[in-house]
Amino acid sequence: MTRSEKKRLRSGLAFTGLWVIGLGAFTAYPVVASLYYSFCDYSILKSPVWCGIENYQQLLHDDLFWKSLRNTLFYAGLSVPLGTAVALGLAMLLNCEVRGRSFFRLLFFMPSIVPVVASAMLWLWIFNGEYGLMNGFLNPVLGLFGLHGPAWLADPSWSKPALVIMSLWGTGNAMVIYLAGLQNVPRELYEAAEIDGASAWQRFRHVTLPTIAPVVAFNAIMALIGAMQLFAQAYIMSEAANGNGNASDGNPERSTLFYSIYLFSTAFQDIRMGYASAMAYILFLITAALTWAAARLSRGRADDAF
Amino acid sequence: MLPRPKLCLPLLLAAILPAAAAPVHVTYWEKWVGFEGQAVQTVIDRFNRSQDRIVVDYYATSSVDRKTLVATAGGDPPDIAGLHEQNIATFADAEALEPLDGFIRAEGMSNEQWLSRYYPVYAGICSHGGHVYAGISTPAVMALYWNKTLFREAGLDPERPPRTLAEFNDYAHRLTRHDPATGRLTQVGFLPQDPGWWPWIFCRWFGGELYSGGRVTLATDPRNVAAFAWIQSFTQFYGLDNVKRLASEFGPWASPSAPFFTGKIAMVFQGVFYDNYIHQYKPGLDYGVGPWPEAVRGVTDFAMAEADVLTIPRGARHAREAWEFIKYVNSANPNAQTREELGGAELLDYLQVKISPLRAWSPYFTLHNPHPHIAMMRRLASSPHATSVPDMGIWQQYYREVISAFDRVRLLDATPEEALGYSQARVDESWERYRRSLERHGQWVALGETAPR
Repeated sequence: MTRSEKKRLRSGLAFTGLWVIGLGAFTAYPVVASLYYSFCDYSILKSPVWCGIENYQQLLHDDLFWKSLRNTLFYAGLSVPLGTAVALGLAMLLNCEVRGRSFFRLLFFMPSIVPVVASAMLWLWIFNGEYGLMNGFLNPVLGLFGLHGPAWLADPSWSKPALVIMSLWGTGNAMVIYLAGLQNVPRELYEAAEIDGASAWQRFRHVTLPTIAPVVAFNAIMALIGAMQLFAQAYIMSEAANGNGNASDGNPERSTLFYSIYLFSTAFQDIRMGYASAMAYILFLITAALTWAAARLSRGRADDAF
Repeated sequence: MLPRPKLCLPLLLAAILPAAAAPVHVTYWEKWVGFEGQAVQTVIDRFNRSQDRIVVDYYATSSVDRKTLVATAGGDPPDIAGLHEQNIATFADAEALEPLDGFIRAEGMSNEQWLSRYYPVYAGICSHGGHVYAGISTPAVMALYWNKTLFREAGLDPERPPRTLAEFNDYAHRLTRHDPATGRLTQVGFLPQDPGWWPWIFCRWFGGELYSGGRVTLATDPRNVAAFAWIQSFTQFYGLDNVKRLASEFGPWASPSAPFFTGKIAMVFQGVFYDNYIHQYKPGLDYGVGPWPEAVRGVTDFAMAEADVLTIPRGARHAREAWEFIKYVNSANPNAQTREELGGAELLDYLQVKISPLRAWSPYFTLHNPHPHIAMMRRLASSPHATSVPDMGIWQQYYREVISAFDRVRLLDATPEEALGYSQARVDESWERYRRSLERHGQWVALGETAPR
C-alpha cells in the first residue's frame, strides 16, 4: 500500500468510523446478542441461562404463535396485492395529462405522512359500526337486502379486513415510486405498440408492466416486509375499539393478534426476552423466505412478459 | 506571589467550615397527568418543603412499567417508579424491584406492623413472596353504579339497588328497552363487557378461585364456570347481533358518549374514580353508588380493589431518599382538622378525590371528603371480602387468557367450559414454564413457600 493509499484509507476510516462504531454497538451487537438470547431463558434483568432449543420447541407447540402467524399472513396476503394494485392504479391515473394533476398527486400522497396514531384514531371513527363513515356508505346498499354493515373492529370476522382496508390509506409512498417508474417508460414503445394495434390492456400488459417490473417488485417486497411487521395500527385500534384495559392481545378474540403484537407482549409484559428473541428470529427467517420468493417470482414474471 | 487576602478568605472558609450538603434529587416516574398529576405534584411540593435534604423531581411518563423495566436493565432506573399493582409480582420475580423490608425495619417496625396500617386488601397488594415491595399511591375500589332516572322509568325504586344476584339479573332484564318501531335494542340493564377491564372479577364475585393449592383453577372451579355462564346469559338474552349493534354506539368510557352517561347502560361496576368522570362528562347525572349484590350467600360487601403503587427499582441511586418519599405518601396526619393539615396519603387522595388505603382516617378527610360516596367506598375498601388480582408472576399472561375466554363466551363462540378449559390449559403451561424458569434461577424455593393470595 502506497503512502497516498494509506492516507486515503485513514481518511476513509475517519469519516466512516463513527458510523461503523454506531452500527456495531447499536445494531450488530443487539442482533448477535438476541440470537444468543433466543437459546436462553432470559428476562432482561437476570443473567441468561442457556436452555438450548427449548424456546424454538415451545414455539412449535404454542397456539398463539401459529394464530398470530396466520393473522399476519392473512393481512399480508390481502394488503400487499391490494395495496400494489391501488398504488399502481393511482399512479397510472396521475400519470395521465389531466387538469390539476399536481393537486391530486399531493392529495393522494398526503395521508401517508399523517402520523400512525392520528390516522388510527381517525379510522376508529370511520369503522364505528353505528356512526362510522364506512357503514354510512354501506348501509343504504346493504339495507336493500335487509342487512346492516358489520361492527368492523369489534367483530372478530371483520377486524382484519378492516385493517387491510385501512392499509390502503398509506399507499401514497408506493404511488410516488410507481409514478417515477411510469415516467421512465419510453414513449416510443407505446407508439410502436399502438401502431401494431395493441389495446390499452395489451399496452399495459406487454409494455408498462415489464418495464416497471423492478419497481413493482421493490414496492411489493417493501410492503411485504412492512405487513409482516404490522404493529402500531392494530395495537392502538384493537385496544381502543374493544377496551380490555392493557391486554395488548388483539381483541376481539385475538382476531388482530399479529405476530409483532404477540412478540411485544411476550417481551415487555411477560418479560420473556429469550422467547421473544426466538420469535424475532423466526419472523426474520419467514420474512427473508417470502422476500426471496417474491423476488424470484417477480424476476420470472418480468422475463416472461417480454 | 501569594493570593490577595480578599480572595484568600472565602477559600479558607470553604476549606475549614463544613459544607452545607446539597439536597439529593430523587427522580420519580409516574403515569399521572392532568388534575391527578397536579395532585401528585402538590404532594411532592409539600414533601419537598417539609425538609431540606431531599428534592423529588416528578416526570410524567407514559408506559411507565415498560420504561422502568428497560431503564432498570440498563442500570439507570428512576429512584421511584409509579407502577401498576399487577406489575409487582412480575417485576419482583424478575429482580427489578428493591424490597422495602430493610427500610421498614430501620423505622423500628416489622413488615406485619407496617402493613397492618393499611386495609387488608391494600396490604396484600404491597407485598409479594413474604417481602414488601411497594407503597400505595392511588388506591381504587369498585362499586355498583346505577342510573336512578332509568330505574324510575322502569318502575324500580331508584334508592334501592339490587341486593342479590337474582335481583340484579331481574333488574337488568327490566331495565332493557327496545325500539318499538325497529325492534332494535336501545338500552340494557347491564352488559358484562362494559368496561370489560376485569372479567376475572366475576369469578371471584361468584366465590371462585383463580389459583388455589399451588394450581391454576380457572376451569376446574365450578364457580368460575358459573360466572362465565352468567356472562354468556346476557348475550343470549339480548341477542348477539343486538349486542354488537348497541355496543358499536358506545363511545370511550371517559367521554360524554360513554354508555352509562348516555343512558344506554343502566348499571355498571366502576371504580372510585368514576365520580370524577361523571362530574366532568355528565354533570347532573342522577346516579347511585352501592355495594356489589350478594352473589354468594353470606358474602356481603364483596368488592374489587386495585392500586397504583410506588416502588424502588433495583439499582436506584437514591433508594434511601426514595423510601423517605414513599413513607411520606403512605402516612397521614391522623389528627388533621383542616385541609392544610392533611398529609401524605390523605392529601393525595383528597386532591385526587379518592379513598385513603390507610385504616386510620383523619377527621377532616372523613368529614370533608370531596367524594360524594366516600362512606360507601370506605365500607367496601375495608370489607373482609374485598379482593384484588392474584399475586402471581404470570398474571399478565393469565389475564390475557381470561380476556380471551371472556370474548369467546360473550360472543357465543364457545361454551364457558370450552373457553375456560382452553385458557386453563394455556395458563397451566405458562405456570409450569414460569416455575421452571424460577427454579433455573434458584428462586422457586423461596417463592414456593408463599402461596399467591
